[in-house]
Amino acid sequence: MRAAVIVFPGTNREKDIAEALERASGKKAQFVWHGDSDLPDVDLIVVPGGFSYGDYLRCGAMAGNSPVMRAVKQKADAGVRVLGVCNGFQILTETGLLPGVLMRNAQLKFICKKATLTVQNSDSDFSSAYSEGQRVVFPVAHNEGNYFADDATLDRLEGEDRVVFRYADADGTVNKAGNINGSQRNIAGILNEKRNVLGMMPHPENATDPAQGGTDGLGLFKSLAEVLQ
Amino acid sequence: MSGVKMTPELVAEHGLTGDEYNTVLSIMGREPNITELGIFSVMWSEHCSYKSSRFWLKTLPTTGPQVIQGPGENAGVVDIGEGQAAVFKIESHNHPSYIEPYQGAATGVGGILRDVFTMGARPIANLNALRFGDPGNAKTRHLVDGVVAGIGGYGNCIGVPTVAGEVNFHPAYNGNCLVNAMTVGLADSDNIFYSKASGIGNPVVYVGSKTGRDGIHGATMASAEFSDQTEEKRPTVQVGDPFTEKLLLEACLELMSTDAIVSIQDMGAAGLTSSSVEMADKGGVGIRLDLDKVPMREEGMTPYELMLSESQERMLMVLKPGREDEARAIFEKWELDFAVIGEVTTSGNLELFWYGETVGDIPVKPLVEASPMYERPWEPTPAQAEIDPDSLPDAGKMTNCLKDILSSPDMCSRRWIWEQYDHLIRGETLQIPGGDAAVVRIPETSKALATTVDCTPRYCLADPEQGGRQAVAECWRNMVATGAKPLALTNNMNFGNPERPKIMGQFVGAIKGMAAAAKTLDFPVVSGNVSLYNETEGKAILPTPVIGGVGLLKDHTKMATLAFKAEDETILLLGESKGWVGQSIFLREIHGREEGAPPPVDLEAEARNGALVLDLIDKGLVTACHDLSDGGLAVGLAEMAMAGNIGATVAEQSDETPAHAFFFGEDQARYVVTSTQADAVIHLAEQAGVPVQVIGRTGGEALTLTPEDTISLELLRHAHEDWLPAYMSGEEAAEQ
Amino acid sequence: MKATVTITLKSGVLDPQGKAIEHALGALGFQGVNDVRQGKVIEIDLDAADPTTAEALVKDMCGKLLANPVIEDYSIEISA
Repeated sequence: MRAAVIVFPGTNREKDIAEALERASGKKAQFVWHGDSDLPDVDLIVVPGGFSYGDYLRCGAMAGNSPVMRAVKQKADAGVRVLGVCNGFQILTETGLLPGVLMRNAQLKFICKKATLTVQNSDSDFSSAYSEGQRVVFPVAHNEGNYFADDATLDRLEGEDRVVFRYADADGTVNKAGNINGSQRNIAGILNEKRNVLGMMPHPENATDPAQGGTDGLGLFKSLAEVLQ
Repeated sequence: MSGVKMTPELVAEHGLTGDEYNTVLSIMGREPNITELGIFSVMWSEHCSYKSSRFWLKTLPTTGPQVIQGPGENAGVVDIGEGQAAVFKIESHNHPSYIEPYQGAATGVGGILRDVFTMGARPIANLNALRFGDPGNAKTRHLVDGVVAGIGGYGNCIGVPTVAGEVNFHPAYNGNCLVNAMTVGLADSDNIFYSKASGIGNPVVYVGSKTGRDGIHGATMASAEFSDQTEEKRPTVQVGDPFTEKLLLEACLELMSTDAIVSIQDMGAAGLTSSSVEMADKGGVGIRLDLDKVPMREEGMTPYELMLSESQERMLMVLKPGREDEARAIFEKWELDFAVIGEVTTSGNLELFWYGETVGDIPVKPLVEASPMYERPWEPTPAQAEIDPDSLPDAGKMTNCLKDILSSPDMCSRRWIWEQYDHLIRGETLQIPGGDAAVVRIPETSKALATTVDCTPRYCLADPEQGGRQAVAECWRNMVATGAKPLALTNNMNFGNPERPKIMGQFVGAIKGMAAAAKTLDFPVVSGNVSLYNETEGKAILPTPVIGGVGLLKDHTKMATLAFKAEDETILLLGESKGWVGQSIFLREIHGREEGAPPPVDLEAEARNGALVLDLIDKGLVTACHDLSDGGLAVGLAEMAMAGNIGATVAEQSDETPAHAFFFGEDQARYVVTSTQADAVIHLAEQAGVPVQVIGRTGGEALTLTPEDTISLELLRHAHEDWLPAYMSGEEAAEQ
Repeated sequence: MKATVTITLKSGVLDPQGKAIEHALGALGFQGVNDVRQGKVIEIDLDAADPTTAEALVKDMCGKLLANPVIEDYSIEISA
């Protein structure tokens, strides 16, 4: 698996995700500075977490509309896998690669904790190592993770089986109590129509090493490593 | 510039006394102009000159084989083996945080981060020590909310995990909250950067954000008492920009990986003035600055404003000759300002120019050396009587006392706070907030650093010397409880007005206690900060000498945590228990009395007991370890049980200590451990001369303190977790 | 020429910050506050031949960056 990790001014979880990729695939990922002209020829492009451009204006807005993201969009259209985590998810929605938007958390506070999720479908290149309905624990760390889209979009996402992760309570039941940030229909991660782009708020990369207190996140990177060999 | 006439009023407004101004006149050999007066004013302010505290700070132990750099630079540096060093410091941002809690706290974090990465270290952990007023005070909730959001807002954005902290509430902080921020960084020991300027003709370079009129007179504000008019001082508070600081951090570290930098200094309090003066003074050289070349954010700025501005996210560097273009390219890549604004000279003076015209010329050495130092008069704090535990009235069921204590403002869970801090970023956090000390792993090694901040102000008020000892000992003990060997400390001395002998006596007592503890525990002071004049209308804060510590775990897989791990393990108490109730949380929360002498700290016992605990953890003989402090044994057991979600039963006690003193006494130098090899633990403890007793077993879903007195973990957890979120949502206020 | 862009959340989109402000106003004793919506104002100083050109330019900026059409509405005011 050849992976590129895009770095914007203000990106800050690039180290975490590069280490997770290496743990799962044994191969080092390549960092790509947003201003560098060409994207390398890779199988996976990761847009990591952070505060690109300070998240001033709107989270992910300035990065989402930057030249490098136009190039990422072209690659995605050509079938390259794209993973956006946290700020990366916000950027992908701003770019238009994924529908909806991430709004301020319902409780108006930044929230960092281990969140329980359920894997809604394991039929994707990002989740094949999990079983459907599996309960997993990934950390979250965000201020704007409250997923919003209109009902038609939400219905379509569900109808096309594009919701990969939902927030759940400690037992793995998808309900209001487990919805840590007010996301519509507890949505934590979604695919695009072609199922080669995944955006998610939680941080699987911070659950890939026993010393981090859990390795539930490793499955996501292993799924990719498996399909992209 | 030169048009401003010097008057006694103008001198007084700049915080200089008549005597101090006379010294200025003799140094200058003439009347200073307004820019020069401003420079003397900030350099000789309490904040920059430590004029009330320096005499005593010099008595602290600052050396040891582990110390690479002690006090005097931007941060302290200690050796952590394998060619690596930990770089750390704590700093206060108390006054700005009271005036504008979000920005005050945020820029406090930003400032301490810069102190650490200026030395060539990548920040890997942030900590904070906070003190707020009475929860019932109208302003307290607003301050907590703003300070926590500000700390999170800055640290989360720049991507440094906030891993530990402490919070107290007390009416003595009603008019002066405390916000102390600490950063720990990681550097290569052979690539540490210092502030000493050298190389005549070398370019002096300004990088980072543009300069605006932020915080002009911030440094003098930080050294003045508050009054009713304080709230009008709002415009001088700086605004933080963590995004720019993130760029500055990456750009500086990128440039530091080359050998282009001679010296570097961040522009903190007193901005361009203190950074240029310190660089010149340390190098014994002069510095010439062309102030018109400073990148400016606002129009019409004057040399006076440029020299005194406290705009954030700026650095001053001296580069090797001919390396400007290479450095400029790095800063431009990160979209930061880069300007050559002067050069190193032979003059020994700070020479300031404005479009070619001289606007200031001050000899650096006298400016620094004539900086006032006062040996202020002080009165020792009168000793308080010991309190006999048998003299206290019956407090009812121990579990009820425990529940009340765990749900009190000072003892309840801080989850509401630390869940607003990204404590996991970088993926190296091995112990998150809520344990004895945070532990962060050093990438690509088997090492980890433990770090914590501690102080018990009520002890310090009752007996500053014992309080100073206790703060150091507790910090040391918290790291030991994780299995880390404590290396060195940084201190933040928060006190009232030092011109009052009673307050100065608190300061002196705390320093004496701290010095004794640091010496006996081989735990030297490598950096620190002093914040005085924390008073409002003559009412001082509790003396609050906060200790931040860093310790080393050579093998992080041996790390201990406080959570009970399994059912049916033996619980042992290490250290001597006399049932000390004076100044205890129990006495305050249950009996409403803040009285008595605080527990004495036997430093030899601390050293002995700590060495044993490190040995037990290293040998893998304990499954959990927790130091005992506020709330004593019962609180310690409850915390271990809640963290592990496993209950415990305390065996019946035969000795004659009354139950409340046994469960809630705050004797020092104690740890609770669990083990499956109790005999081996007891054997080693006896060998080391450390008192040891088996006090019970783990198991079940409740904590049983005496045979008839049990409380479920669920009830305990509610008591512990519910108070702070309810208070912050305003539910408490509605009841009042 | 100066353009002032006012960006607000679309009606129907939950505005937790607006709700918090509404709640705080009530707590401060302000009566009769029915609803609060918060947004942001962006001031742009720009060179343009005439107000019509300026408005077209700023509209393009809104579509491409300044506002997110999924949740936000905007209005533009041009002054000399």
